Amino acid sequence: MKIVVDFDLCESNAVCMGIAPEVFEVRDDDFLYILNENPGEELREKMEESVRRCPKQAIAIEG
Amino acid sequence: MYGSIAIVGASLAGLNAAASLRRGGFDGDLIVVDADPATPYDKPPLSKQVLAGSWDVDRITLPGAKPDADLGIEWRLGERVAELEIADRRLRLAGGEKIAYDGLVIAAGAHARMLPGAGEFAGVHVLRTLADCVAVRDALEGGVTDVVVIGAGFIGAEVAATCRERGCTVTILEAAEVPFERSLGRVIGPVVADLHHDHGVDVRLGVVVDGIEADRSVPQKPATGVRLSDGSVVPAQLVVVGIGVAPSVEWLAGSSPPLTLDNGVVTDATLLAAPGVVAAGDIARWPSARYGELLRIEHWENAIQMGEHAGRTLLAHAQDRPADAETYDPVPWFWSDMFDRKMQLAGRSGPDHEVEVVIGSLEERRFVALYGRDGRVDGVLGWNRPRHVMQLRGLAEEQVPWADGVARARELA
Repeated sequence: MKIVVDFDLCESNAVCMGIAPEVFEVRDDDFLYILNENPGEELREKMEESVRRCPKQAIAIEG
Repeated sequence: MYGSIAIVGASLAGLNAAASLRRGGFDGDLIVVDADPATPYDKPPLSKQVLAGSWDVDRITLPGAKPDADLGIEWRLGERVAELEIADRRLRLAGGEKIAYDGLVIAAGAHARMLPGAGEFAGVHVLRTLADCVAVRDALEGGVTDVVVIGAGFIGAEVAATCRERGCTVTILEAAEVPFERSLGRVIGPVVADLHHDHGVDVRLGVVVDGIEADRSVPQKPATGVRLSDGSVVPAQLVVVGIGVAPSVEWLAGSSPPLTLDNGVVTDATLLAAPGVVAAGDIARWPSARYGELLRIEHWENAIQMGEHAGRTLLAHAQDRPADAETYDPVPWFWSDMFDRKMQLAGRSGPDHEVEVVIGSLEERRFVALYGRDGRVDGVLGWNRPRHVMQLRGLAEEQVPWADGVARARELA
């Protein structure tokens, strides 16, 4: 599973960071960083929740 | 197992209920009815990107309504439900047709309040639906220069910011002396008004609107201004009324046995409103154990979470395992974008809360403030501090003692 963020859409609401801090991190510069672009299957549910709750629909899962 | 589930409301709560039902294994008929004829859309951009003209309308289609969503929904868009025949488990549409269901999701949302008597004038709008947004945007693109926003709520403040950024002269009229006092309190509320003022918006507080001035020589009666109680008139070619919303419960009033209608559809803690009926989103009011009161929340995130939860509760009943229905009790979270600022709030804030700025300062408009109640942290508010709001939302979730919360927040500064 590969996590893709459309950074043109991302507004750093940090909802994804609240759901999966092991994958998503908004830093002090207010930008989102992906800590792990290929999270394991055990994180799929959290990744799908992050997709659903992103206010900008900026996150996609490939594979 | 139910054979069919009807969902009234094709917005965020309704479509997330649909997706939740399908994820849970419901493979019967799913019928979604909504009076709005538009392809289901996301609402936050209506006061921001779509109104600004920077996004086309097709960019805000909700995921559940996209061609690849694969939810197997029978769409009944542009159809208004006239009545819920709850004893017979049927919906009667305004056109007379009846839709039978085994399970029902009430997610009809809320509608914007219009200033009494103002709806008859051209150029006076609310901003709630896509049609409202397109009408306001068309007016802006038609060369309107003088905009008046009635009501300094979040929608009004966002619309004012967007119109100002489009180059309009913008005035906000607000009856309260302190802006956002009811939602944000006396310390933070004025910061919103200061932000608008610094961007050239004329924010007038403590003013009472008397009515709309219009050119009555033409049939459309286009608005020319807003008349205040002191007799003065603020010129306007475009008036946006942002004085709140009311839950859309009219179609439920006659149902027998009756649903509990009290500022929305009142549900139990699992979101069940009646046998086989759940409610979610802006229309639903449920007993929150966390806060010890009935809550009705109009936030975007709540519509998603509540729709999903209502879907799970309904599925538990559909599969004859009602004891599996869980209680719904999240911490509210919302955001608002105005000019270059992003405000986010986790938990609750209000006029009677204690307030402490723990990171940054009000002057730089980049800060975190904690809201306290009964000696405990109740809310975490950030301005351009998304990281810290997310890191600190646990303080509001756990309602940690006030002094501990303040100390823990300051450690992050």
